[in-house]
Amino acid sequence: MTTVPKQVADTPASRTTGRQRRRARSEALSGIKGGSKGFHVISFILGTIWLVIVLGPIYYMVLASFRSGNQYFTANAWLPTGGLTLSSYSAMFHGSGIGTVLRNSAELTAGTIALVTVLSLGAAYRIVRRGSRYAAVSFRLILFGIAVPIQAIVIPLFFITTKIHIYDKLYGLTLVIAASLVPVAVLLMVNYVRLIPRELYDAMAVDGAGQWTIFTRLVFPMARPVLAVVSIYAGLGAWNNFLLPLILTQSNNDMVLPLGLYRFATNSEYGINVPVVMAFVFFTMLPILLLYMVLRRQFVKGIGGFALR
Amino acid sequence: MAAGTELLRETQIGRPRSGNVTARRRNFLADLLGISPTLALYGAFVVIPTGLALVLSFTNWDVIGPLTWAGFSNWSRFFSDPVAHHSLLVTFELAGLSWLAQTPLAMALGIFIAGRQRYRAVYAAIYLVPLLLSTAGLSLMWEDVLFPQFGGLAWLGIHFHMAFLNQNWIGSPSLALFTIIVIIAWQFIPFHTLIFQAGRRAIPAALYDAATVDGANVRQAFWHVTLPQLRYSIVTSSTLVLVGSLTYFDIIYILTLGGPGDTTRVLAMDMYNVGFVETEFGYASVIATVLGVLGILVAIALVRLTGFASMEGGQEGIS
Repeated sequence: MTTVPKQVADTPASRTTGRQRRRARSEALSGIKGGSKGFHVISFILGTIWLVIVLGPIYYMVLASFRSGNQYFTANAWLPTGGLTLSSYSAMFHGSGIGTVLRNSAELTAGTIALVTVLSLGAAYRIVRRGSRYAAVSFRLILFGIAVPIQAIVIPLFFITTKIHIYDKLYGLTLVIAASLVPVAVLLMVNYVRLIPRELYDAMAVDGAGQWTIFTRLVFPMARPVLAVVSIYAGLGAWNNFLLPLILTQSNNDMVLPLGLYRFATNSEYGINVPVVMAFVFFTMLPILLLYMVLRRQFVKGIGGFALR
Repeated sequence: MAAGTELLRETQIGRPRSGNVTARRRNFLADLLGISPTLALYGAFVVIPTGLALVLSFTNWDVIGPLTWAGFSNWSRFFSDPVAHHSLLVTFELAGLSWLAQTPLAMALGIFIAGRQRYRAVYAAIYLVPLLLSTAGLSLMWEDVLFPQFGGLAWLGIHFHMAFLNQNWIGSPSLALFTIIVIIAWQFIPFHTLIFQAGRRAIPAALYDAATVDGANVRQAFWHVTLPQLRYSIVTSSTLVLVGSLTYFDIIYILTLGGPGDTTRVLAMDMYNVGFVETEFGYASVIATVLGVLGILVAIALVRLTGFASMEGGQEGIS
């Protein structure tokens, strides 16, 4: 019996098994459980179809944004023939009040990122150190927030913001949006901060460092990668938010981009000019798309949020 | 939330370490300083509103007038309101169909981009783009792609003699809900694809080796290795699809406002109309409470049914 493995190792049958195993491994890595070339080809074709579905509407929008109001009705809808123009973009800059809207969105996004990152890092540090029951109870309470759908609390939010007079104020909107992003941000932070080895804390404590020094000299520098991730999570949540600005702001002075876009498109004067609307839409997407090209990894983690661990 | 509960247990966060009284007091002070600002903000704008939603459902409030108690009148109204019942039905329809549209496709695409081929990394990067776009932006984009007669799809229909493409996709009562579901799927499939990609990559190659040794073919390997190993990804993704679409609002508000008629008037849209248009905030709070309870119930039910909470040591995970 003991000699059997050696014999088997020399038979052609076992070599086939080895080849199969190698193939299986490469398949396991490739994500396809199919062995045949045909399967790869089909996967490629189906994957490419989805690529077209993703890019098709975006391409259409970009192309349409480079048409004039008249060209839009006559030119080829999918090919850049028949002349392109920047007139829609200049019309957008002149007629849409985009300056105010853009500044508001930038302020809202910067404020939200600052609030969410600072608050959630501070909380995560204390939660991970598990110094008291207060930290434990707080963490449980914060986790509960992940299950609360924001749609279910917009009426109380409207009620509260009007009562404490932060309704229709950009900073009020910033506070509410930041609060809505806190649960996932804290979870992301805790997941990361808990990876800092306890020995490092102990070493600093031995050197006489206090809690604040440990936070600023150890936790903060170590947490830099997750700060980027949480910033993207918070930034997208603020920049693209539609529901909360819709509920909590009213005046043109406090209008943010997504809402401005919607109001612009439903405005009878400009809204019927499709190329201008498309130019506006594409213009609001551009900063995010450019950032994404540079920080793809952080975006994946920031977007994946708590669903990817 | 389930992921966090698991984390609680795993790291034993929350069990105070033993220490002398002074150290404990100092720790408590640091916790107070570190956590309280977060808790205050979160408490004011998430925890209190959650409780307040229920309280407001027993009141009448129209912004201008004073808040008055209404007893159970708003609730009894809800149980006999055909519009709300219709909204509930549309909501379930949207959630069920969204699940059917999103989960299988996301799984296939997730497995596809879990592959290590370079072209698939490029595809994966592009697949993510819909998630970067604001809902307002992508809704308006789709509105013009789908515009009858002049939109991109209608253009193709007219020039390639495929009349079925030239439809009133958003404005027709029979198509609106279907169109909304497709656009929501376009927006969120990339997110679920990420979940399945991570899940697929975490399956050890040894399992496929073993299956191959046992003589399993492609299909068998999928049913007996990939699918069972992806069960946590499936639960995570399904929960998020169902909870997300039960409470869905943005695209519907932007494109149809619940119309035509009330064919796309989902619960969240109904709540908005009753509250912010008709200013009956008491009754709208009933709908909001139902919305919240539905979402939380679905999440808990799925967690319980599938043993999500006992997923410690599961094969999932990214990075």
